[in-house]
Amino acid sequence: MIAFIKKEVQHILRDYRTMIILFGMPLIQVLIFGFAITNEIKNANLVVIDHAKDYQSVRLIQKMTSSGYFKLSGYASTVDESEQLFKSGKAKQILVIENDFAEGLRQNSARIQIISDATDPNVAEQLKNYTIGIISSFTAEQRDLPSPALKVNVSSQMYFNPELKGVFLFVPGTMAVILMLVSAMMTSISIAREKETGTMEVLLVSPLKPWQIIVGKVTPYVVLSFINALTILALGFWVFGLPIQGSFILLLAEILLYIIMSLSLGIFISTISSTQQIAMMLSMFALMLPTILLSGFVFPIENMPSFLQGLSCIMPSRWFIIIVRDIMLRGNGLTHIWMETMILCLMILFFLGLSIKNFKVRLQ
Amino acid sequence: MIKISNVSKTYPGGVRALNNISLQIEDAELYGCIGPDGAGKSTLFRMIVSLLIPDAGTIEVNGLDIVSNYKQIRSKVGYMPGRFSLYPDLSVKENINFFASIFNTTFEKNYHIIKDIYDQLSPFSDRPAGKLSGGMKQKLALCCALIHNPEVLILDEPTTGVDAVSRIEFWQILAGLKASGMTIVVSTPYMDEATLCDRVSLIQGGEILTSGTPVQITEAFPAALFSVRTRHSMYSLVEVLRQMPEISSAFLFGQAIHVVSKDMTLTSEMLQAMLNQSQYEEIGVSKITPTIEDCFMYLTDQTNISHG
Repeated sequence: MIAFIKKEVQHILRDYRTMIILFGMPLIQVLIFGFAITNEIKNANLVVIDHAKDYQSVRLIQKMTSSGYFKLSGYASTVDESEQLFKSGKAKQILVIENDFAEGLRQNSARIQIISDATDPNVAEQLKNYTIGIISSFTAEQRDLPSPALKVNVSSQMYFNPELKGVFLFVPGTMAVILMLVSAMMTSISIAREKETGTMEVLLVSPLKPWQIIVGKVTPYVVLSFINALTILALGFWVFGLPIQGSFILLLAEILLYIIMSLSLGIFISTISSTQQIAMMLSMFALMLPTILLSGFVFPIENMPSFLQGLSCIMPSRWFIIIVRDIMLRGNGLTHIWMETMILCLMILFFLGLSIKNFKVRLQ
Repeated sequence: MIKISNVSKTYPGGVRALNNISLQIEDAELYGCIGPDGAGKSTLFRMIVSLLIPDAGTIEVNGLDIVSNYKQIRSKVGYMPGRFSLYPDLSVKENINFFASIFNTTFEKNYHIIKDIYDQLSPFSDRPAGKLSGGMKQKLALCCALIHNPEVLILDEPTTGVDAVSRIEFWQILAGLKASGMTIVVSTPYMDEATLCDRVSLIQGGEILTSGTPVQITEAFPAALFSVRTRHSMYSLVEVLRQMPEISSAFLFGQAIHVVSKDMTLTSEMLQAMLNQSQYEEIGVSKITPTIEDCFMYLTDQTNISHG
């Protein structure tokens, strides 16, 4: 069996193109998700219709533009222009400041209107929230205002991810996707390759037992996936400042559990596919897309229709992401995530059982 | 000894691969299964090595049933599938070492068995198996099938796609292995290789046309055989010959046409005269002794007729 593992390692090492992809992919994906695809909106075009034109309105505009979220792209004179401004892309949001803004602030009757381009509702909503946040901190700063007691102070505090960084979400998600890809897809392809090229025929005729063939196939990929997981964690830690609040050992153990889970899924796929192509298609469409879409990685599970929520329960990645977030961000121990861990364990048993049942000691 | 009794196999798609086949292969025999692609040779071989289960009938290898005792059989047979089935990215030496280790043995321990073959490969021992020539690949595959010193060696079309010189070398190797007491079953689509076997079975359409030593088979040819050469169109001449009542069959055979008579009384002079009457001149007719291929063509023809 050691010879088998050695042979498998040689396959992987000789195929240097695949190797570059395997080791390069996590790096690139984390960097892409970390930098490019974030939920934070920066430098959104802001058009201001300033009817007041007093010192307070100018201060507010300055505060808006210095927040980093908005970029002042121009002024307009009437609200009638807004549609044109949105269509031309000159504005994502329009801020209308009514007459006598400074005076209104003093009397607690200042009026501001926010007009948003809701083509992308999430962006519009978020920009509106940014603006409300900026305005409330703006009013709070007004020391010359007469009756601060009258104002309602909305104070919110974000736990575990105070800066609402998208990276905190994407690192566990990317890890779930990459580990699934490397483990499930690569093993299923490499087992299917043996079937396709006919070497499986020779392996079957040998005294090797089915479990020896499978363990021999899978072991190198466990190591490979584990290295990938460590790379992603290291990137998250050093590049994006993602903390690991909980036990590092527990985190690694859970990662290993998830890797084994993905591998058993990969073995299962290989038992039902006869060629590399089928194995690849199955892993791509049956695994990758649901992993990305249904795991809560991209779209929040709470927002899904109940049918999809149910479906997401059978996605191993959903539970893995919960586990990783709990350990890394909340610093929770096993007592909080035992259920998710149990689910992963059951999935391993389920897929391994199915694979052993499906593994044929003979040809079709 | 391999004992195949009344074996049939139909694939799920409805393809009938084997139809009631029986044959017996003795110990230390070099046995050939001769037939074109799709005759059912590979199916039969996969059954012998326990990779497929027959629908009907039984197969025993050295007294072990291939269904109930498949585990013991698998350590006793060496199997070389029809497709090149080594790891193309591993070197010659690595492939042999790998197959040695999965059979719980080592290259050094069983080197004596493959020595003659490996010596031809040793200049390339570090070359990836995928970059070897066709003949070398097959020799390597043979090494890998032999490394655990099997009692029975099953070779599925080992010489297909191999150049003429390597084919001769390959058969010499097989003769050497046979001399050491190994039972060898080999399949080939090349009829001329039949004479290199102790005994052969001619297989076509999942059925055995005939079995026996190559000499027995050619001697049993029941009619007179002629070789006809012409400078005219061979195709039209074949048609003309097939129309003649005295002729049972005519087929192209390289540069000549082989003509089979209906009975032994036809002579080459008679045939020559008949053809001259049919406006064919400058024709060379000579009586020849049949080869295995002639027997195969004749028997295929006969079964086609009897099957309607």
